[in-house]
This record gives sequence, C-alpha cells and structure tokens, in this order.
Amino acid sequence: MERRDFLKSTIIAVAGAAVPMAALQLVNPKKVFAANPDLQWVFLVDTNKCVGCGMCVKACKAENEIPYEADVTRTWVERYVVTRDGKMLADSPKGARDGFTSQVIEQGEAGPVSPKPEDITKAFFVPKLCNQCDNPPCVQVCPVGATYKTPDGPVLIDRTWCIGCGYCVMGCPYGARFFHPKYHVADKCNFCYHRISNGMKTACVGACPFGARQIGNLKDPNDPVTKAIMEQRVGVLKSEYGTKPQAFYIGLSKEVC
Amino acid sequence: MKNHVWRPLQVVIVLVALILVFRHFYVPKDFGIQDQGYMYGFHRLGNEKEWKAMKASYKFDGNEYCKGCHEDKVKSLMASPHKMIPCEDCHGPALDHPDNPPKLQIDRRRELCLRCHASLPYPTSGRHVIPGIDPFGHNPGIECVNCHNPHNVSLEGMK
Repeated sequence: MERRDFLKSTIIAVAGAAVPMAALQLVNPKKVFAANPDLQWVFLVDTNKCVGCGMCVKACKAENEIPYEADVTRTWVERYVVTRDGKMLADSPKGARDGFTSQVIEQGEAGPVSPKPEDITKAFFVPKLCNQCDNPPCVQVCPVGATYKTPDGPVLIDRTWCIGCGYCVMGCPYGARFFHPKYHVADKCNFCYHRISNGMKTACVGACPFGARQIGNLKDPNDPVTKAIMEQRVGVLKSEYGTKPQAFYIGLSKEVC
Repeated sequence: MKNHVWRPLQVVIVLVALILVFRHFYVPKDFGIQDQGYMYGFHRLGNEKEWKAMKASYKFDGNEYCKGCHEDKVKSLMASPHKMIPCEDCHGPALDHPDNPPKLQIDRRRELCLRCHASLPYPTSGRHVIPGIDPFGHNPGIECVNCHNPHNVSLEGMK
C-alpha cells in the first residue's frame, strides 16, 4: 500500500466513523405525528374569578359517580387566608363540595381559627384538579400498565386493569389520586374525557358561573385558552418536580402549593 | 446430569410454560406499548375508546337546550344578575331530560344559596363583590326561596 492510498482510506474511515448512528436512522412518520398531535387538552384556572362556591365540585361528583358523602373528590377548591402577622391559613373542608360558608378555618391539630376581618391582608380561592402532567409520575410507577397518557393529553386509568396497589396515589405530588369508592380502583380527574371527546365542556367548566375554569386545545392558536396561556402571566403548580403540568393558573400566589 | 438436577428443572420449565400459556389468553391483544412509548403509553388501547363512550349526565351548553321548552324561565333568568349561573347548577343534571329523569330535582336548600351569599371578609377575592349575609343572623332556618325569587333577584321582585 502506498503512503497516499493509506492516508486516503484513513480519512474516509475516520469520516465514516464520525457519522452518528442517529443520522443513519430512518425517520418514522408515525412517531413524528404521535409526538405532534393536533389536539392537546389544557386547563386554565383564573384564581381571581373564583369565589369558592364549590359548584364545580358538586357537578364533578355527580358527573363522575363519586358519592357526595365520600371524603374524596376529583376536583377541589382550597382557601388561602394570609393575616397581617404573616401567617398563612389554608383549608378545603370536604374538598369544598358545599363551598365556603364560614369564616372559621380548620387547622387540624391546631384547631379551628377564625382570623378577624381587619387582620386579613389577602384571601383567595384556588380550584385544584389533576394537572394531566406531560411527565406524569403516577404513570411511571404503575406496575401493570393500568394508567397511561393519551395522545391528546389526559392521563387515564383502565378500570379493568388496575390492581389497586396504590403506588400512583402515593406518586402524585399534587394529591390528585384516590380510590374510587364505587369501582374500588385508582381514580382521578381526567378532564371529563368522555365529555371533551364528544364536544362538551368538562362538568366543572360548565358548572362554574364565574368563568374561573376553562378548557382548551393548546395546539389551536385561535383557542382563547391557548391565547391566554401565551399572552398572560400564567403559572403551574410545583414546577420544581419536573412533571410539566398541563393545568395553568392565572393569579397564582407564593402561598399556594 | 444427575436426577436431582433434572427434576426441579422440569418443574420450572413446566411452570414457565403454564404462565406463558395463561398470559397468552389473559392479556388482551391490544395491550402493549402504544405510540406514546414504553414509559407513558404502556396500556390496553381499547380503554381509550371505552372512556370516550362513557355516558355523561350534565348538558352544560349555555342553557340552549333548556330554552327549547322553558324559554320564559331562561329569559327571566337572563334578565337577572343570576344570568351567569347555568340552569343545571340548581336544577340538577338534565342531559336526558325529559326522558330520564322526567322531573328534575331542584335544589332549594338554603345551603345552595349560601355557597355564594354567605358573607366572607375577603376583599382580594371575587367573593367580596357578591352581596352577602350572615348565615346565622339573616332569618336562620328559613329557606331563601321563601322570600327571594332566584330567577328575579331584585328586592322588588320579592315574594
């Protein structure tokens, strides 16, 4: 072999080895489309509009067969009261299924607290529901493949496949999961998947008289919810967990967790 | 190989075969890794359709459906400050009404009104702009609808 030929083939071999494996991989159209669906459900909560009536919780329970008396609910409303001395009081009696009608705030072992009206610096209500995370920790921990993320966003539970181990209930950092008192499997909000898939609004969105709750399609640039998320100052809950929540909040305060 | 090695090995092989046969019949055909990948898409594909086919109970279409028969009632509500409250919030789920149920269960309880009208001293929340009462001072024990008409809430419209 001549010196010239040796150098030539060496350069070709090095250049060839430098091409990454990924460059030789064929693009799978099915995978690309699956990663870019034209429908992605998102939720928008305007906490400034919420008055804590709990109509959303009532409608949600009726729509999703959660017994009214049961201490579990797919959506709930929290009350936050900050007093002049910097103390934060928060509660959600029975998930606010009957709304907030009393100034008394239950604080567990500390007992009920009733701050004087002149001591309250700010007080507000925050509706909560499943965030349908893009990186759902509840799905990762399911040992049997009973819970999964749909192509259009919501995380669903296969009631015939759930074994009731409760890992997902513990895995959710938002406390959105519980055991369904009737079906005895894990349950949580799924943006009323049976309603939104058939052209209806979720029960809580429909029941809210004040427009504090909205649902929309993030892939539609003309959707009012998408516009609000793009143009307004919105926040998500517990972003530090890296779950990529798909429920956005307007008017979130640092007290809310 | 000796017999004491073969025997347990045969038992294990038979057990594994039995488990595989059971699995073949028990696991549905559409169960597996779907488009969303192994971590988030490992499920039975048919379940998505089952959820979509689930029966709803509320209509919540901006009272359009109610207006079809009860136009006078919807009109009077729309003229009042209660116009943003959907009919079904107080009258109950009405998707299949009047077939099922033929008569709706109206929630006339005082507690329903108090959800919004119990006074709470929260100036930074929307609750502040709603007229509120002290539930224990304002005619306790009497249903609100005995005096107030929820479809015409002006004080002149009182019964």
